[in-house]
Amino acid sequence: MGLTKRKKIQSFLGLRFLGLCTLIVLAFIIIVLSDIAWKGAGALSWEFIFSIPRKGMTEGGIYPALAGTVLVTMITALFSIPVGVATAIYLNEYASDSVLTKALRASIRNLAGVPSIIYGLFGVALFVEGAGLGSSVISSGLTLGLMTLPYIITSTEEALRSVPHTYREGALALGATKWEAIQTTVLPSAVPGITTGAILGLSRAAGETAPILFTGVTFYLRFPPDSLNNEFMALPYHLYILSTQHHAIEQVRPLAYGTALVLILLVILLNVIAFFIRYRFNKLKSSR
Amino acid sequence: MMNKEIKLEVKDLHLHFGEKHVLKGIDLKIPKNSIVALIGPSGCGKSTLLRSMNRMHDLNATVKMSGDILLDGESILNRQADAVAVRRKVGMVFQRPNPFPKSIFNNVAYGLQINGIARNGALKTAVTDALKDCYLWDELGDNLNRSALEMSGGQQQRLCIARTIAIRPDVILMDEPCSALDPISTARIEELILKLKEKYTIVIVTHNMQQAMRVSDYTGFMYLGELVEFDRTEKVFRNPEQDLTRRYVEGTFG
Amino acid sequence: MKAVFALAGLFTIFVLLGILALLVTNGMKAFNHIPFSSFFNSSYWNPAALGEPSYGLWQLLWSSLMVTAGALVIAIPLGIGTAAYLSEVASARIRNVVKPIIEILAGIPSVAIGFIGIVLIGPAIADLFRLNNGFNALNGAILLAFMSLPTIISVSEDAMQAVPKSFREGSYALGGNKWITLTKVVLPASASGIIAACILGFGRAIGETMTVLMVTGNATAMPDSFFDPVRTLTATIAIELGEVPYDSPHYYALFVLGILLFLISLAVNFISEWVASRYRYKVS
Repeated sequence: MGLTKRKKIQSFLGLRFLGLCTLIVLAFIIIVLSDIAWKGAGALSWEFIFSIPRKGMTEGGIYPALAGTVLVTMITALFSIPVGVATAIYLNEYASDSVLTKALRASIRNLAGVPSIIYGLFGVALFVEGAGLGSSVISSGLTLGLMTLPYIITSTEEALRSVPHTYREGALALGATKWEAIQTTVLPSAVPGITTGAILGLSRAAGETAPILFTGVTFYLRFPPDSLNNEFMALPYHLYILSTQHHAIEQVRPLAYGTALVLILLVILLNVIAFFIRYRFNKLKSSR
Repeated sequence: MMNKEIKLEVKDLHLHFGEKHVLKGIDLKIPKNSIVALIGPSGCGKSTLLRSMNRMHDLNATVKMSGDILLDGESILNRQADAVAVRRKVGMVFQRPNPFPKSIFNNVAYGLQINGIARNGALKTAVTDALKDCYLWDELGDNLNRSALEMSGGQQQRLCIARTIAIRPDVILMDEPCSALDPISTARIEELILKLKEKYTIVIVTHNMQQAMRVSDYTGFMYLGELVEFDRTEKVFRNPEQDLTRRYVEGTFG
Repeated sequence: MKAVFALAGLFTIFVLLGILALLVTNGMKAFNHIPFSSFFNSSYWNPAALGEPSYGLWQLLWSSLMVTAGALVIAIPLGIGTAAYLSEVASARIRNVVKPIIEILAGIPSVAIGFIGIVLIGPAIADLFRLNNGFNALNGAILLAFMSLPTIISVSEDAMQAVPKSFREGSYALGGNKWITLTKVVLPASASGIIAACILGFGRAIGETMTVLMVTGNATAMPDSFFDPVRTLTATIAIELGEVPYDSPHYYALFVLGILLFLISLAVNFISEWVASRYRYKVS
């Protein structure tokens, strides 16, 4: 066999192998999503979403868990978005190349890599025990907020960096102060990017279990929490309970599938919203 | 050579970008209501000099300056001088048109609003006047809510000039304002610059020597961070003192 | 205004130092009750044992490393293969479809992946290898592989995309085909970035909690093979933190595990950055 021919076969097989790798990855994702969609769809109904669990969680719905997840994610947003956006503005607009800036950037990169269970430990020691907030919505929300912070900072900084420098110069040349330039020209242009990043960060927080495990989540409540100092149910933890801790695991499997489907739909919905904001923004940018 | 009132005076200005010595002792007097062109090969420091006249270098932490720049006899470089107030009096038009991603109206209104110069009815009048001064009013008419980004490059640059004159600065700095534009747009902007001389003092950096000849009263030739020659434009182009200047304007180097 | 934003930045540094400080102070308290050596001398972790609790770390650390190593054996070839396909072979249209799907995988909550391990992967493993159940290290490794894939794929693909076009053109001009260009030019030029991607994938896998908690069986015994149940560092914290009394030696011992995990994540970060920075140097 000639060298050229061998090279051709080698290339053919090699490239097919790469395609196969991609197919395996896609197949896994599609199997996961379709299994949950297929078996979860049976459990899905308005009643499932809007009723409370009944008969030792063998019947009924997920309303308190869904409401708890929404509530705790709102606390996460209220904490992580202002702090994260402010930090990103400092880094991108004000910070000089100092030791402080380098320390800050290193902190952010490292915080992003810290395992979520460590945030759980930290939340217990700081909020639950240290600050005396107890096992509560607020403790969990703040813990998730800390976890989401590096994500928000990084995506906001990226959005700020993509605003052309000429906008800032134009504003300054007209006698704007630095803050006026940021407020009136930089931030409005960066808002779509910041929003996209924030939604993606929050969608991650909404699906997390480890950080809330010991900071506020509980396995059963008949109602959503009526105060931020109370414990709450959450969708991911509810799925964990239904699939591993329940006394009648096989019997509640359909409910577990339904819960998994709602959780994934919630995350995908947030991702799709973020995708469209980014898509429209890019289209706007390219039309300039 | 100049018995007119001096608007802007540069005194022994040195500027370093980190280790690099970019401006080496510039002395320059700019008379009121005149157009001064700064010419010279790329990297000679002409844009750097221009940007020091409205404290644009404040944005760059690696810049170190010594010497002084006086506006109406008062220093704009010392610590007491407020960079924001300086830029309010010394406007700038950039190499590439840089309108904000806002409506045409809001682009011109921007400086008026942040500086608290005009509101409501007065704002509308001021915007209209600025657009008329820049020949944009007739072209655009009542269509001021369009995005500024939809305009042509030449229109965008005239909008940037309109935005600058709307806040009635004393001095307008222009950094190669026509380098991104076609010849017809360039002609319109040159016409505009000549008209603006009645009200403003203008400093323009240009690569284009014909442009310097067409619009300016005075021309400064810079080379390697030094102001080699500064005189009336006819003199610089017809009968320069320095051999270096002659060779540059004749096009034998640079 | 600058001060306000700088304050927010300082807060972020404070959080990182705070995490470290809280972990260390709480972990140190463990040493008031438990001698340092007992974390290493005993191989078993059984802090709840009456009379003589043991705090051996090795078994937990070994379990974590075993599951993670298994995950990487699966994820690294798949991840690099997929990244190379997306970067070098796929058309823009395919890329625009595949990349968002992989982003969805990154977004699927870990508890849902764990659920899949229980309902799909576990039974499949049990059937295939004739085991009583599928709750073992293999199940965890498979799931962690797919959880670390989005990181490995996207970071590797970025590294391949950063290889200058002129390198590829040079190879084609010398008669190289796509495969040769990939293996002889693109992969070597992006090697540091790909290695950094794998290290980040390692960090993602070893820090993951819920999936391993749900599918690896959590038995506190030294595993012999991938078919044995294991209990990782992360799962141990997740299982025991809810049960231990506050302010007990056992409570503080869990923070020692936390310190260990935190240090691993710091090391992963620094090493991957160091490797990636060498790569930037090479290209410029």
